[in-house]
Amino acid sequence: MLSVRDLDVYYGDAQALAGVSFDVAEGGIVAIVGANGAGKTSLIRTVAGMNRPTRGRIAFHGTDIAGWPSHRICNLGIGQVAEGRQVFPTLSVGENLDMGAMLPRAQGKRATQLERVFALFPILKERLRQTAGTLSGGEQQMLAIGRCLMGAPDLVMFDEPSLGLAPAIVKDVLRTIRELNREGLTCVLVEQNVALSLKLADRAYVLENGRVTLTGTGAELLEDDRVRQAYLGM
Amino acid sequence: MWTIYLNVVLQGVMTGLIYGLMALGLSVIFGVVRVVNFAHGEFAVVAMYAAFVLFKIYGLDPLIAMAPIALAFFAIGFILQMGLVNSFVGRAEHEQFILLVGLAIILINAVLMIFGPDAQPVNLPYAFDSYLIGPLIIDKVRVYAAIAAVAVSAGLFAFFRHTRTGTAIRACADNLVGAAVIGLNVKRLYALTFGLGLACVGAAGALMETIADAAPSLGPAYTLLAFTIVIVGGLGSMSGALVGGVLIGVSEALAGFLIAPSMKSMFSFALLIAVLVLRPQGLMGRRVA
Repeated sequence: MLSVRDLDVYYGDAQALAGVSFDVAEGGIVAIVGANGAGKTSLIRTVAGMNRPTRGRIAFHGTDIAGWPSHRICNLGIGQVAEGRQVFPTLSVGENLDMGAMLPRAQGKRATQLERVFALFPILKERLRQTAGTLSGGEQQMLAIGRCLMGAPDLVMFDEPSLGLAPAIVKDVLRTIRELNREGLTCVLVEQNVALSLKLADRAYVLENGRVTLTGTGAELLEDDRVRQAYLGM
Repeated sequence: MWTIYLNVVLQGVMTGLIYGLMALGLSVIFGVVRVVNFAHGEFAVVAMYAAFVLFKIYGLDPLIAMAPIALAFFAIGFILQMGLVNSFVGRAEHEQFILLVGLAIILINAVLMIFGPDAQPVNLPYAFDSYLIGPLIIDKVRVYAAIAAVAVSAGLFAFFRHTRTGTAIRACADNLVGAAVIGLNVKRLYALTFGLGLACVGAAGALMETIADAAPSLGPAYTLLAFTIVIVGGLGSMSGALVGGVLIGVSEALAGFLIAPSMKSMFSFALLIAVLVLRPQGLMGRRVA
């Protein structure tokens, strides 16, 4: 579904990604793990069209989308739940969700998507008129996921969805991602919570200093000594 | 005696509402695109001349000419943002400043070349009519212009509050990363915003022509005026622009009446300094944490 080849990304003179390649199969969950500053967010933002790659190919259903503007990429069905949630704090919950459905591809699906989001997160229906800035961190994360789903994506990239949330809520969020995946949503999961994300993933990539250093199934990486030492503290 | 004061204040309020509409355009552009339109007053003057020309050639009342002028200004703003200003968004402030000041100089000198330095009035047949309500004497032109200014502002408020596109523009102002993440076309929304800002100033300029005479020298004065109003009202606050406009309008009218018309700006600037000292975020502005 998504195939990234030899991606180089620079911020000025600093190289953020060097020759990164990875694949996402339809219906799968791919985890990308790595330390802070390894280039995980750069990778997601480049696929989403918010950074321009200097070299490399990003093929989505066979179309090379490297360097496309973000609104066109979103409209192809690549959604993103960004790090830090990035909701619109002064807009109401309802307006936030509505904005997720501004994409041309989502125009006719507004009502059905909204129903789906409310079924997934009933709390959002209760808070419909409240401004997003007054929600708790967990509720904002639900809103960010719900807003992304309003755009009827085929693939969603989750960037640190558990960051800054209470442990009980982290489990909820990851359970939701698995549920969405079972319903057919293809997922890319970038997480600092390596153990949980490897358990969830059917394919995983380890990113170090902007390079992919290790790849395998989630279960394989969980057993890998290097991963256990570096990320799981074992 | 107090009826004179009442009349002066009322006149100030009505003029202030037109000022407010002009400042609203500046505030909307700054609040969303984060670029200060330093050519704002110059655009107002161009709109005044447009109203003058439409009156002179077609006999069109500026109250009606306001609509096509606003529409044309919307288109100009949209194209300007798409073609030029978008590439300056996010760049250093002095670069944006030079771009828009340059534009202001071009506009005002174009007006000078075409119309010359003399003031160009529109002589409406009802220019000297007024309504008498008890002790109040209300100029017909001024009250029509004020009502039109309020109507245009209300329309803009409703657009931002109740339409999806308006909400999307608010979303961009709220969280730019969030807007990009969900695939809003930010550049296009910025262009719409700049267009709407210029439509405000186009409408305000046309209305202004009914109570003041178009002259090139008004350009920088109006830019400064709009800037003062927006700071007094609160940067980025839409209601603040209208409130600030009325305050400045009233202070100008009172100063003109009590001291001398040529001193009226002094009081606007005194108000500006008072606000900057006592409430730096502006009267209706949100405090930035």
